[in-house]
Amino acid sequence: MSTFNTADPALLHDRADAPGLASRLAQLPLIWKLLSVALFALAWELAGRSGFNFSFPTFSATVTAFWEMVVDGSMGMAYLRTLEPLLIGLAFSLVVGITMGVAMGLREDVEWLALPIFIVMQAAPMAALIPLVTFIYGISITAKVIAVVMLAMPVITINSYKAVRNVPGSLVSMCHSFMGSRPKQIWYVVIPAASPMMFAGLRLGVAEGFSGVVLAELLITPTGIGDLITFHRSVANFAHMYATIASIVLFAVIAVGLLQWVETLLFRPEKRSVK
Amino acid sequence: MKIATPDTLEKGASPVGASNKIIEVKGVSKVYGTEVVALNDINLDFQAGQLTSLLGPSGCGKTTLLKIIAGLLPATQGEVLVNGKKIAGPGPERAFVFQDFALLPWASVLDNAAFGLKMQGMGKTEREEIANHYVREVGLDGFQKSYPHQLSGGMRQRVGLARALSVNADVLLMDEPFSAVDEQTRRKFQEDLIRLREVEKKTFIFVTHSIEEAVYVSDRIILLSPRPGRVSEIIDPDIPGDIGPDELRRNEVYLETVESIWHGIKKYVE
Repeated sequence: MSTFNTADPALLHDRADAPGLASRLAQLPLIWKLLSVALFALAWELAGRSGFNFSFPTFSATVTAFWEMVVDGSMGMAYLRTLEPLLIGLAFSLVVGITMGVAMGLREDVEWLALPIFIVMQAAPMAALIPLVTFIYGISITAKVIAVVMLAMPVITINSYKAVRNVPGSLVSMCHSFMGSRPKQIWYVVIPAASPMMFAGLRLGVAEGFSGVVLAELLITPTGIGDLITFHRSVANFAHMYATIASIVLFAVIAVGLLQWVETLLFRPEKRSVK
Repeated sequence: MKIATPDTLEKGASPVGASNKIIEVKGVSKVYGTEVVALNDINLDFQAGQLTSLLGPSGCGKTTLLKIIAGLLPATQGEVLVNGKKIAGPGPERAFVFQDFALLPWASVLDNAAFGLKMQGMGKTEREEIANHYVREVGLDGFQKSYPHQLSGGMRQRVGLARALSVNADVLLMDEPFSAVDEQTRRKFQEDLIRLREVEKKTFIFVTHSIEEAVYVSDRIILLSPRPGRVSEIIDPDIPGDIGPDELRRNEVYLETVESIWHGIKKYVE
């Protein structure tokens, strides 16, 4: 038997076909992201200038309108109004949704009682139910909080429930075999094993919550961002209307993106499962 | 080699002096639902300090029996005694090694090995010290801070073993512990197990479907037959203890025992 020495010193030097500056730049993800934003802005600008629709502003006009609203404070005020029902609704959905989901995952009687409700809530077009909420709770902040909860809670609950159900049985058995009591099995095995999927549900819930709050502000009574959109539409300030819509879309994307970032930071994918 | 069949045995008696029974299985049956009889009237004694294998084709209820002994599954009928006391669940004198390792993916090797002690309420410093000792003993020194996903299958099972050893139970219950590792690792493991037995002086109950593995590592082999699971033979391989592993695999008694078990088991494997 003979072996070859592959640790040839020549291999230590840069290869002749090593990537140049351009292709190294192309490997930076940020470059591509900025490029795609720039392309999008350019396409928007061109579409606006083509005048295909009287209500469609150019990109530059939209940015200017956005800046005006930031400076005169109307944008900031609108966000403060909108965030109130959103945050209350999300906090409620989080606490109740995760508790219910975990309870349904652990106990069959709770599952039997509560799961159908959440399945219906998740499947039903909730926007159709918002007028009913207005009948009961009027145009108060309660109605808006309920709109957020109706959209955000089902996905948070169902994900928590499925996460608990997907915890490998042998891990729970293992804890039991080392004399871990039921509460210890839940605290030291079930909850940590389920948390990555629960967090993913939370992220989806936050995205749904944004839909809920904007729907509520458009359908129940115009306040905050919904008011800004409705107002500028009614006075044909289309650039302002587009700027508001774009800002809430961007805000939601950034919020959900941040959660995703936190998610990968907390639950590095390789630590989720051994298999 | 001594072979005893249940017909030649009194119920619950053991073929070689019933001196030092640590575990007694009395009339244990297990029925799943109303139809499936996994185990039917099992009577067995396990001697302290011995390595006993539960061997049989798939569906013979060997893992079910092990889980009943562990207290992880309730028996439909009958009882299990540990040191003369009837069990009602898992206990500190028994530790389980899982077929799929059952390691917490978010915990380091050391934390996984210390998990059993943590469940018993031992403080962090003390349990880490003990776990560290056993992590070294199973040959994983230097991997204390690694995570399960960074280890090979064989190394993961070593963590499972360290966890079971750390709680200092008298009985180690091993459910096909080497079936999910490759053949080379498996052989090394079997040799380590024999060495470990000498060092730790514990009682091992070992479930396997490999005849060679059972004959190689066991003091006694309990052969189960399927549908319903019953004890069909009890075999004490009389292999000389002073020969090395490589010699042993060529030993005449070893080969003869493997052959005779295969003949006994063949009729169930269709």
